[in-house]
Amino acid sequence: MTVTATGAAMTERPFRVLPRVDERNEHFWRGGAEGELRFLRCGPCGTWIHPPSPVCPSCLSGDVAPAAVSGRAVVHTFTVNHQPWIPTLDPPYVVAIVELPEQEGLRLTTNIVGCEPEEVTIGMSVEVTFENYDDVWLPFFRPVPGGG
Amino acid sequence: MGPDRLERRAVISGIGQSQVGRRIYRDPLELTIEAALEAIEDAGLTRDDIDGIATYPGNQDVPPGFSGVGVTEVQDALRLNLDWYAGGLESPGQLGSVVNAVAAVATGLADHVLCFRTVWEASAQGSKGRQAVTMGGGATGSGFRASGFMQWTLPFGAASAANWIAMMAQRHFHEYGTTREQLAGIALNARRNAGLNPKAIYREPMTLDDYLSARMISTPLCLYDCDVPADGSTAVVVSRADAAPDLRRPPIRFEAVGTAIHGRPSWDQWDDLTTMALRDAAAMLWSRTDLRPADVDVAELYDGFSFITLCWLEALGFCGKGEGGPFVEGGERIALGGEIPLNTHGGQLSAGRLHGYGFLHEACVQLWGRGGDRQVAGDPEVAVVGAGGGPLGGCLLLTR
Repeated sequence: MTVTATGAAMTERPFRVLPRVDERNEHFWRGGAEGELRFLRCGPCGTWIHPPSPVCPSCLSGDVAPAAVSGRAVVHTFTVNHQPWIPTLDPPYVVAIVELPEQEGLRLTTNIVGCEPEEVTIGMSVEVTFENYDDVWLPFFRPVPGGG
Repeated sequence: MGPDRLERRAVISGIGQSQVGRRIYRDPLELTIEAALEAIEDAGLTRDDIDGIATYPGNQDVPPGFSGVGVTEVQDALRLNLDWYAGGLESPGQLGSVVNAVAAVATGLADHVLCFRTVWEASAQGSKGRQAVTMGGGATGSGFRASGFMQWTLPFGAASAANWIAMMAQRHFHEYGTTREQLAGIALNARRNAGLNPKAIYREPMTLDDYLSARMISTPLCLYDCDVPADGSTAVVVSRADAAPDLRRPPIRFEAVGTAIHGRPSWDQWDDLTTMALRDAAAMLWSRTDLRPADVDVAELYDGFSFITLCWLEALGFCGKGEGGPFVEGGERIALGGEIPLNTHGGQLSAGRLHGYGFLHEACVQLWGRGGDRQVAGDPEVAVVGAGGGPLGGCLLLTR
């Protein structure tokens, strides 16, 4: 059993287009294997970096390495997609940009799962939940119980 | 205005446009040649005069119908002798190619540059439903893996700019109280103007009820917030300003160009998701001229999605930041007889997705007084053209 992007339980997961994993993005797409949402972080100045880049965009240091964030986030904006763009990924589902508390502007695009689409609001507190497809762990976000 | 701006050394000397339609199943190169020859003839030139080509995005097979014609095909088909040429996707939106041409003639690399944009997305789509236009990677078949920007969106089913723009619109709705009823003003205005344009694809009247009851694509954007895939090619000739005596009609001048992007070049990492890269392009445009928004007689502003037009209106200063909703509500201010006539040919929403160049063509039509039933009254002298959304944006201020 798994949870789909619509929050419905089903036994067979929808087809998803997966990312091509390489050395630069591996920490992000496979961190979920250890239950961690990881981004590159600059050693000298602490800046979180996303999407990954070999140098820190703030101080230009090359001393950057993956580090885990808390997994908490706030829905910055979202859309309920109704168009069947991808075979078997059946609408409606919620696409969102969530922002992480670790750094202003540290954001990613994701799906909000574990609730009905009409329950999603901007400002809603969510937390990461991973789903494994082949060799990648997709970070979805679900409402934090009582998170308001 | 301070120094001699480089763009003032260039003019638009002629325009052309092929047959435009849905699924007309014509060779895109044939459409391109049709537009190109019309533009060259319109300028009073011959193909022997053309020594430069600029295009967006260049020849590429993916996404289907997005291009398919580049510099090479056109040069060879017309046997042009080129001193300069450029085609490519990485530019300040579709009009970046025109700015390339402006720079080429201003710096003496070419005298007359043929600029074009060709699409055949309607025929490529065929009888199938609309596919997502995926930037930087198109296929979604078995075994395909997303890379580049698309890796951050495709795994989440956010396959289309419809989704990315919808999230920006949703944020704008949240921060400023913008509503679907307000956004409708842009789609209804486009349809009203398309009714006066014989080449527009959708010309039958549309009501607010039609809009509000249309099926959702990606909230808050409905079907009528999305442009209509089309087949067609648009061309303009950019010439040296001092070539004017050789031209057939009084040239259209480039008063200023806007090509800036100061924020992060990304659909989801952009700092303020209630606006887009066009914010920086618009600011640059006004920094290069003494003219102000109140001087503009007609505005042709990209509407790949209606919300993009709202952002252009705000960024160019036709209304304040966040005030786009009330500004377009009801459509009176943006109508043909309004304070700033907008998308006078019907835009991409109703006239067809000619991808940026349709707006440039229409601005020239209006400045030359060739608009027929849709001609803006009062002999317009200043037009602004903006194209692109998300991290792509470029704009032109044109005068005659």
